[in-house]
Amino acid sequence: MENVITLKNLKKSFSGREILKGIDLEIKKNEVISVIGSSGSGKSTMLRCINLLEEVTSGDVLFHDKSVINGDIDINEYRSRIVMVFQQFNLFNNMTVLDNCVRPQTVVLGRSKEEAKENAMKYLRKVGMAEYINARPAQLSGGMKQRVAIARALSMNPEVILFDEPTSALDPEMVGEVLDVMRELAGEGLTMIVVTHEMAFARDVSDRVIFIDEGVICEQGDPKEFFANPKTDRAKAFLSRFLN
Amino acid sequence: MNLFEWIVKLWEENWELFLNGTKNTLIMALVGTIMGFLIGLIIAIIRTIPTSKNTNIIAKVLLKAINFILNAYIEIIRGTPMMVQAVIIYYSLFVPMQLDPMISAIIIISFNTGAYMAEIVRGGIISIDKGQFEGARAIGMDHVQTMFHVVLPQAIRNIMPSIGNEFVVNIKDSSVLNIIAITELMFVAKQAGGTYAKPVPAYIITAVIYFILTFTVTRILRLVEKKLAGSDSYTICGSQSDPNAEIHVKKAKEEFR
Ligand SMILES: Nc1ncnc2c1ncn2[C@@H]1O[C@H](COP(=O)(O)OP(=O)(O)O)[C@@H](O)[C@H]1O
Ligand SMILES: [Mg+2]
Repeated sequence: MENVITLKNLKKSFSGREILKGIDLEIKKNEVISVIGSSGSGKSTMLRCINLLEEVTSGDVLFHDKSVINGDIDINEYRSRIVMVFQQFNLFNNMTVLDNCVRPQTVVLGRSKEEAKENAMKYLRKVGMAEYINARPAQLSGGMKQRVAIARALSMNPEVILFDEPTSALDPEMVGEVLDVMRELAGEGLTMIVVTHEMAFARDVSDRVIFIDEGVICEQGDPKEFFANPKTDRAKAFLSRFLN
Repeated sequence: MNLFEWIVKLWEENWELFLNGTKNTLIMALVGTIMGFLIGLIIAIIRTIPTSKNTNIIAKVLLKAINFILNAYIEIIRGTPMMVQAVIIYYSLFVPMQLDPMISAIIIISFNTGAYMAEIVRGGIISIDKGQFEGARAIGMDHVQTMFHVVLPQAIRNIMPSIGNEFVVNIKDSSVLNIIAITELMFVAKQAGGTYAKPVPAYIITAVIYFILTFTVTRILRLVEKKLAGSDSYTICGSQSDPNAEIHVKKAKEEFR
């Protein structure tokens, strides 16, 4: 099957310091991928390179086998196909919950207001936030904000959603409500790349686990297999540190 | 006659002139501030356009050139007195064009204000959390869409006090435009005081008018600011699917704290 996203020898340096040291990755349609690794290993940088929030230093990012680096595809159109959900939510503070989900559709996709609203309501209902459409982000809890952010992402009807530690900024009691939504999406066949420290989610929900260490993919494979029998020493060390 | 009697006499003889001057001062300050704000907005949007190594070379060079010109404009305007700018521009450009003096004055004050506003708006944009930009860019909005839909509404709200301040400054600083014979307040003061060689009472009248203008405007602006700040804590009404939404949100807010 055709790859949705392909990373080819992706490298990224910040002022001369190499953070990503050559990442190769192929992501198929409907795949749910968990990206794990210790803090500072380059997970966020990889996601941000995929949707071009960071400028790639060398290598290539392909979307359906077309380079998004060399301008084969319009960047903004590409971004609207692979939207991102952030650790800090990044909801638009000047808009209501509903507007957060409607405005990107009308502005970026050129949908009519009615169509956009209907679509937004569908996903706000899905994440259990339909009651709060007139609230402002500042009035919501972290878990609610993240669910709205997911609804905003879904409202674009993207092919892929990139999640960058979507539950790391949440109080523990709110992690569950967000993970539940994500689990549901995974079950429906959405293509997802999830950077996470939720090992249970990585093991039980994803189709593949990617372990990143010091800017390279150190090990990857079937989640059950990976968590039961990590092959590399670094993965073993990471898991034993994490699970204890 | 004592000073007070002179003030009364000059006012009685010239009140129409003074009111007309007040009108012109207010028009120049108001239109100049609004136009200046629009100029500042456009400049700030241009100056925050991001470039990457993939931006094509012609666009890059063009942007560099435009930015250079904009920077020069801002530095020169901010680095020289408006009176000097007015004389040079008016006599070398607008007089040969036979442009109406009032229009000329408004153009001058607009471009002068624009340079200050560009910096104010830029400050407002910089003060907005980076996550707001990234949230917009990551979903496919381009620079201008990000600015208009997400960043500027927040930035403008934050810089409202500075914009109001520019208006007050313009009420006072437009006085230097009497140099190109605009019949604003200062010009009227000179005229009225000149008839009897009595500048002080004429200028006292002018000072009182300026003070009333700036004082009133400052109060009004403060009210507007309060209104704007207040809308953060508005109530949620009209939720379509849940009559208790307001209660839910209140609860959610408490939990979050
Ligand atoms: N904009 C940046 N400028 C400089 N260094 C950065 C920048 N972003 C990330 N880094 C560095 O890159 C490394 C990897 O960061 P990151 O990708 O955020 O790690 P992770 O998400 O795996 O915790 C860190 O050492 C971080 O300091
Ligand atoms: Mg990170």
